[in-house]
Amino acid sequence: MLGALALTGCGSLGSRPRVREWNLFGGGDGARLLQIHQQYVAEHPDVDFEAHTLAWGPPFYTKLAMSAAGGRAPEVATLHLSRLKGFSPTTMLDPIPVDLLEEAGVRESDFLPATWNRCIVDGKLYAVPLDQHPFVLYYNTDVCKKAGLLGPDGKIKPVKGVTEFLDMLKAVKETTGKYAASVETTNPWRIWWTLYGQLEGKFFSDDGTRLVLDDAKALEALELMAKLATDGLTPKSSNYAALVAQFTNGDAGLSFNGEWEVTTYQTAKTPFSMAPFPVVYDVPSFAGDSHTFVLPHQANRNKDDTKATIEYIAWILKHSADWAAGGHIPAYQPVAKSQKYLDLKPQAEYRSVAPDVLYDPDGWFSGSGAQLENEAGAAFSGVFSGQATPKAALAQFKAATQKLLDTPSPV
Amino acid sequence: MAVQTQPQVTTSTPRTAAKPAAGQPWKERWGGLFFVAPFLLLFAVFMIWPIISGLWNSFFNTSLAGVKQEFLGLQNWREMFGDPAVWSSLKNTLVFTAMSTPPLVIIALVMALLANRKGLLGWLLRFSYFAPFVLPATVVTLIWVWIYQPGFGLVNGLLTAGGFAEIDWLNTENRAMLAVVITTVWWTVGFNFLLYLAALQGIPAQVYEAAAIDGANGRQQLFRITLPLLSRTTGLIVVLQLVASLKIFDQIYLMTNGGPNFATRPIIQYIYQNGFTNYRIGYASAISYMFFAVIVVVAVLQFRLFSGRKEAGQ
Repeated sequence: MLGALALTGCGSLGSRPRVREWNLFGGGDGARLLQIHQQYVAEHPDVDFEAHTLAWGPPFYTKLAMSAAGGRAPEVATLHLSRLKGFSPTTMLDPIPVDLLEEAGVRESDFLPATWNRCIVDGKLYAVPLDQHPFVLYYNTDVCKKAGLLGPDGKIKPVKGVTEFLDMLKAVKETTGKYAASVETTNPWRIWWTLYGQLEGKFFSDDGTRLVLDDAKALEALELMAKLATDGLTPKSSNYAALVAQFTNGDAGLSFNGEWEVTTYQTAKTPFSMAPFPVVYDVPSFAGDSHTFVLPHQANRNKDDTKATIEYIAWILKHSADWAAGGHIPAYQPVAKSQKYLDLKPQAEYRSVAPDVLYDPDGWFSGSGAQLENEAGAAFSGVFSGQATPKAALAQFKAATQKLLDTPSPV
Repeated sequence: MAVQTQPQVTTSTPRTAAKPAAGQPWKERWGGLFFVAPFLLLFAVFMIWPIISGLWNSFFNTSLAGVKQEFLGLQNWREMFGDPAVWSSLKNTLVFTAMSTPPLVIIALVMALLANRKGLLGWLLRFSYFAPFVLPATVVTLIWVWIYQPGFGLVNGLLTAGGFAEIDWLNTENRAMLAVVITTVWWTVGFNFLLYLAALQGIPAQVYEAAAIDGANGRQQLFRITLPLLSRTTGLIVVLQLVASLKIFDQIYLMTNGGPNFATRPIIQYIYQNGFTNYRIGYASAISYMFFAVIVVVAVLQFRLFSGRKEAGQ
């Protein structure tokens, strides 16, 4: 008993550098992360490592913001890249020491320039990208084979344009007898943002002060969403849990979703594969985001802890092929080009879309799980359920966005 | 039992209560203060101070993000009065309160009358009426979200078996609040039930005996004896329930997250969104104060009604 006390006393006195991580991975990807952490701990007995998973979205960001505002944050945390500017990096984050990162063997040239540049605010690096996670197409291979949608290589034949897209959905619906695709109608931000992006629609003016939404393009995307629901190609109403359930139980032969449910469907033994979401309109563009590592603000940052933290980040990046098994595309290019990642099926099937990932608009109220997505979800879910016309939904969303723009920024 | 202990209490209270009025030495008064000091300290730190600092913040653009704060004067308050989301979410809270309070009082009373009996049946009823109350909000909402689920949920299963059309309870604007109310009643009615049951068991048996000798039937006993004797408890339950219902947040946050299309978002969730999700502590404080005023008004109204009725009764 005394011995145990002495031991724990020793640990907390800081003889070993301490790395505490807060992350938001509660799904299938969280289970992968746990395995990666186990390996990290086994290889690093000299580091006092502790990881906590908090509930995704607002609960996570609220807690992280509070801890950083108080200056007593964990050493490292995950953050969606789309939220970086809205997270007030100058007050709530500490810049990443680039020299330490290079010492740990991670350089700017190891990332796609578009991703890396987003991590820089006011000339300082505030985030290290771990992955990219676009909106993709899941398909049930048995259903699609029966519907004649698979090519000779057993992969789904790519479709282009609205007509081909709808024809594909009709063929799947005839085969399942229920729906063609499962989609989260209660929060349809991602599908709308993908379609609107494929129409090359703009959102904010370049200086970020005005809403310059293209009504015609926004409506075209919303009308397509309404058609999907009225033609019975997608459910009129289904939340996230139902989206997953409908794809696993075969009610839907396709699923429009982010790529992070790979593990779930593998565990459920669903016969499936994945592909880029079809280019329904003019250009390839896919709603998505990146998970990054950030150093939340600590009033008294310890040098040894920071060094160990940067080494931890570098270690995870170099092992991100294991992370990619959960669906995310590695941001660290040496891994993204490695054979280990390329051999992952179906996770490597949609890697080509990485340069075309469309981040949420810039704004303190925008980003994954933030207010703008909520407002879009509230307005656009009615388009699927039939409770709102596309026109009314768009008017509501525009008014809500304008109100957010008019609100003085708290960051 | 209860009857026997009551006289002791009434005889002992005047004696101790009379002393300090007659001029108690300062020493003893300080002694009393020391006894309540631990509570007062916590009360000051966790109640009084936040109340003051909340009012203070409502005049600033205080941000959770730690940027420098500036004095805004009444700007937050002006923004609040022009913000339709404040009023629609306040309306949702009031609608929830109006929908949930009557059943939570009436059903609790009926259940207490049914369960106020000896033997195995009484035990079983008491147990099953109170059991849901011990569950945490997360478990309750998880169960009910599945019960309401279209396609395979229990409620819609019963509806379709009865020949009715399915209802997508939690995703339909004019059904979602009703669904939350039903869940809340199932979950929390047990507490009010317990208060009523305790009050019922405190009514002396002699009163019923005398009434029976005078020829009062069960119905007369219920309306002339039981209900009047429960009126103080009813007042207490209504006050507690109004305050609890006005504080609605957990169930809605977990079941609908304020949706569909903000049709169920209560004022506390809007305060939470502004203060914590959007970092706008100053603005959130202003809304909190407005809501605080609403609760005070409701409490005063209720107090007036209740005390007025008591005087009329006497």
